Amino acid sequence: MSEGLAFYAIFFAAIFTNNILLTNYLGMCSFLAVSREVDTSVGLGWAVVFVMTTTSVLNWLAYHFILIPLDLTYLRFVVFIVIIAAFVQIVEMIIERVSDKLYIALGIFLPLITVNCAILGVSLFMVIRDYTFVNSIFFGLGSGIGWMVAIIAMAGIRQKMARSRVPRALAGAGIALIIAGIMALAFMGFSGMLKIT
Amino acid sequence: MNNFKAKKVLLEDLGKNNPVFIQVLGICSTLAVTNVLRNTVVMSAGLIFVTALSNLTVSLVRNVMPSRIRMMVETLIIACYVIIVDIVLKAYMPEVSRQLGPYVGLIITNCIIMGRAEAFALSNPPGLSFIDGVASGIGYSYVLLVIAFIRELMGSGSVWGHHVLGDWWTNWSIMVMAPGAFFMLAVFIWIVKGMMFRRQEGSS
Repeated sequence: MSEGLAFYAIFFAAIFTNNILLTNYLGMCSFLAVSREVDTSVGLGWAVVFVMTTTSVLNWLAYHFILIPLDLTYLRFVVFIVIIAAFVQIVEMIIERVSDKLYIALGIFLPLITVNCAILGVSLFMVIRDYTFVNSIFFGLGSGIGWMVAIIAMAGIRQKMARSRVPRALAGAGIALIIAGIMALAFMGFSGMLKIT
Repeated sequence: MNNFKAKKVLLEDLGKNNPVFIQVLGICSTLAVTNVLRNTVVMSAGLIFVTALSNLTVSLVRNVMPSRIRMMVETLIIACYVIIVDIVLKAYMPEVSRQLGPYVGLIITNCIIMGRAEAFALSNPPGLSFIDGVASGIGYSYVLLVIAFIRELMGSGSVWGHHVLGDWWTNWSIMVMAPGAFFMLAVFIWIVKGMMFRRQEGSS
């Protein structure tokens, strides 16, 4: 199915038309929790882009060179989540050693990322859609960037909104969801561009 | 087991402590399947199964588990139950399983399950943890079921795949698409929180 799709098509589709957050609802938890300030969102966004790209590569390798030959594909949930958790842990340790500045910028977000459903979701989508190796890299990268774009835009809106009066019962999560809905509408405007299923 | 305590746990998870309204947790994976009622029912059943049994298991091993690696152990326990759900769905409901796609696997990263394991099962006996798991699963599911019912009714004029609204009904196609889910959940939270505030004021 993915044979006919060029990698750049997958890349742009993952950012715009099939935005992982706004059309697939993945990564909502940290999205709602963190998207209050633009600075933190940028940090978390970069961490997600990085982890998503690398884990989709690692999981692709594990799936095609370990799980398929051994006929253990039903174990993929366990293997993927362990790879993601282990990878995040290792990266955290390396960053802590190598650069204090980077650790302060990214390190605090890394533990959050293990439980970010978007990361696991990208790996699962990649398996279900049967992407080739190159396509998986671009799918991971594109999804990460798409997520970052969404969370930064959201944080910008929420910072402005701190000054406006929201109905009391709607404050917090409610209004954030309405904004997310409007943003999803806006992103649907891209859907004429290209489509992946 | 203390009967009174069990009842209290059950009621708090359904209302005051409801994971969706109050904590807004775990809406990621399951919001995506609320465009058709049948898929939501299947997904909710799977979620209740996983929450209840993983709570039970975590509670059983809580005294022998080193606390340093407890997150990893919890994740693995949850993943095992999710695999069971996935295999059962593939075997008995291949059509639904195909439609749900990756979202069954994403139950693993659903924060509610992990949250309950951390917050409740680690410090409570197995029986009570099991009830807590069932209760938070149900508290989560009924919100989703209501949303799915409205979305399917308005989006495609049907309930459970049967057409109920006549030809006069124009489908709101936005309801079955992504923004519909966001708006529905927001309105739902709005109504419930508004009612809570009003009741608080009435009692004070």
